[in-house]
Amino acid sequence: MVKKLFSFIQKFYVAIIFLILYSPVIVLMVLSFNDSKSRVIWGGFTLKWYSRMFNSSIIVETFIVTVTLALLSAAIAVVLGTAACVGIEAMRRRNKQIVLGATNIPLLNADIVTGISLMLFFSRFLNAGFPTLLIAHITFELPYVILSIMPRMRQINTNAYNAALDLGATPLYAFFKIILPEIFPGIITGFIMALTMSLDDFTISYFTKGPGVSTLPTMIYSELRKGVKPEMYALSTLMFLAVLILLVIVNLKGSPMLSKPFANAKNGGKKHAQTMRYRR
Amino acid sequence: MEKDIIIDLKDISVSFDGEPVLNNINLYIRDNEFITLLGPSGCGKTTTLRIIGGFLKPDTGRVIFEGKDITDLPPNKRQLNTVFQNYALFPHLTIAENIAFGLKIKKKSKEYIKDKIKYALKLVNLEGFENRMPQSLSGGQQQRIAIARAIVNEPKVLLLDEPLGALDLKMRQSMQYELIRLKNELGITFVYITHDQEEALTMSDTIVVMNKGNIQQIGTPEDIYNEPKNAFVADFIGESNIIDGIMLEDKLVEILGAKFPCVDTGFGRNKPVDVVIRPEDVDLVEPEKGTIKGVVTSLLFKGVHYEMDVLANGYEWLVHSTDMVPVGREVGIFVDPYNIQIMHKPISEDEEASSDEE
Ligand SMILES: Nc1ncnc2c1ncn2[C@@H]1O[C@H](COP(=O)(O)OP(=O)(O)O)[C@@H](O)[C@H]1O
Ligand SMILES: [Mg+2]
Repeated sequence: MVKKLFSFIQKFYVAIIFLILYSPVIVLMVLSFNDSKSRVIWGGFTLKWYSRMFNSSIIVETFIVTVTLALLSAAIAVVLGTAACVGIEAMRRRNKQIVLGATNIPLLNADIVTGISLMLFFSRFLNAGFPTLLIAHITFELPYVILSIMPRMRQINTNAYNAALDLGATPLYAFFKIILPEIFPGIITGFIMALTMSLDDFTISYFTKGPGVSTLPTMIYSELRKGVKPEMYALSTLMFLAVLILLVIVNLKGSPMLSKPFANAKNGGKKHAQTMRYRR
Repeated sequence: MEKDIIIDLKDISVSFDGEPVLNNINLYIRDNEFITLLGPSGCGKTTTLRIIGGFLKPDTGRVIFEGKDITDLPPNKRQLNTVFQNYALFPHLTIAENIAFGLKIKKKSKEYIKDKIKYALKLVNLEGFENRMPQSLSGGQQQRIAIARAIVNEPKVLLLDEPLGALDLKMRQSMQYELIRLKNELGITFVYITHDQEEALTMSDTIVVMNKGNIQQIGTPEDIYNEPKNAFVADFIGESNIIDGIMLEDKLVEILGAKFPCVDTGFGRNKPVDVVIRPEDVDLVEPEKGTIKGVVTSLLFKGVHYEMDVLANGYEWLVHSTDMVPVGREVGIFVDPYNIQIMHKPISEDEEASSDEE
């Protein structure tokens, strides 16, 4: 009896936490379907804010900029991050620790500090615009990419790489054939994390974007300052869902779909099925 | 230089972070030889192998392969293959793809590769394993695949780093025979690493005993066992009685206050020496007939022989014998002069360090 009560309290507590965490988002979602512009009165269900959003050229343009920025920066961050991991792994233990520690600092740094320092740095060399935004995004994505690739890198038997050289492979061939397939799941995770970070970022983008360019978060901010714009609720709802889906994918990463190393992709489906069976 | 020397290591020294790991190693390896690097863990065996394989450049010294200096040649350009400690199979490739790895790089035809895979799997007794993944194999099977993957490339020399180290005793013994058979079938040079002296004695043509980055002795298994050059080798190769002695004159040594006739000469007069006597060479006789008297303090039955401790003149002698003597019995100790091995004491502290076990 007491046990039952206890378990009920436990569940209730968890439910309260989730309610408090997510109720603002739920309010946002509900308002995005509200036929009234008011923030407190329910005027009936409508999709007009969504259709208005898709018809607004500024929103569509900003959307394209944001997605391009996210994909491009994540792709570059993944390439740089992979190279960094190869380099870090080859270091002696002490240097390795120092460099890994240094890459983690931006993770802990307040976004506003990163944003302002990047702005000051760029103002010396570059005009703020898409390129500065891109560099800034790559900068804050890199630690996440390294963090997701490094554990995979550690698992690789260094002798596997040596064995490839021993069998006549050049270092580059050995990397693509032996190292890359092993760290590929980490690269995918890193890529998705980087995408999420990029789509999500307001503070750093705000300081580095320059006057002509906007990302969705900075646009939403400036639009909402001008007045009530329910299409921004609609947009925010979609962004929330996009990021949520990406995070769910990252967390389901144990699934064979994503952890399948890429060298096997070229093999026929039948052979692959067999491969997967042995893998477990 | 002898014509049949395939690898020649000249004055090789290596240190890591200022710690010397190999001290001036000189070693030649004959064509078609089964040579074993033997020594305790951390003595520099793997480092030596990595230098031969090209994975590590020595600080000083040269590596000569068939008369050519290959010190600066990267591993992928060397005509030798390595079987690494812990197998190092490629986990995401099938067994067939693992074995084909080197052949694909050499751009061999599909037919050739297929034949070779079949041949290699047959050689290591794992026919039909083509489409398995490495993780689905036992340790012994993985080890044999690692060997197959190396030998399909027809190397002139195969380097093996403790290939049986991770296997259980039974598996080890059967793999020892497999390896000897393979070596004879292939007719290539094997450079083998182990820290197991029995394994070294069973398998090798030549044994190189190493300790703390120094070569202690090079010789046939018989040489190493019967005539260890110093106390370290004697101790490492099987159990031994190593006793302080004084060489009184040629062919006469004093141990524990008694005079033992021996066959060694040229040590000078009244020189302190190390005396090595194998436990199976100690004869227990009637108290009056022995060179010294002692008392049996322990007795163990070991299957083939009895192992006894005999306390005589303050030293506990290790004795192996097929005859049992009960604990407490007084016995005489006699050693045939041919079975007494006299060795110089290490001269300097340095040499002491290099011949002491950790
Ligand atoms: N990459 C390295 N960095 C620093 N020290 C090393 C490195 N490789 C080996 N050593 C050291 O060199 C010594 C010899 O190592 P190794 O050749 O692997 O010994 P063995 O194979 O005989 O057990 C050990 O003390 C080991 O700690
Ligand atoms: Mg080793």
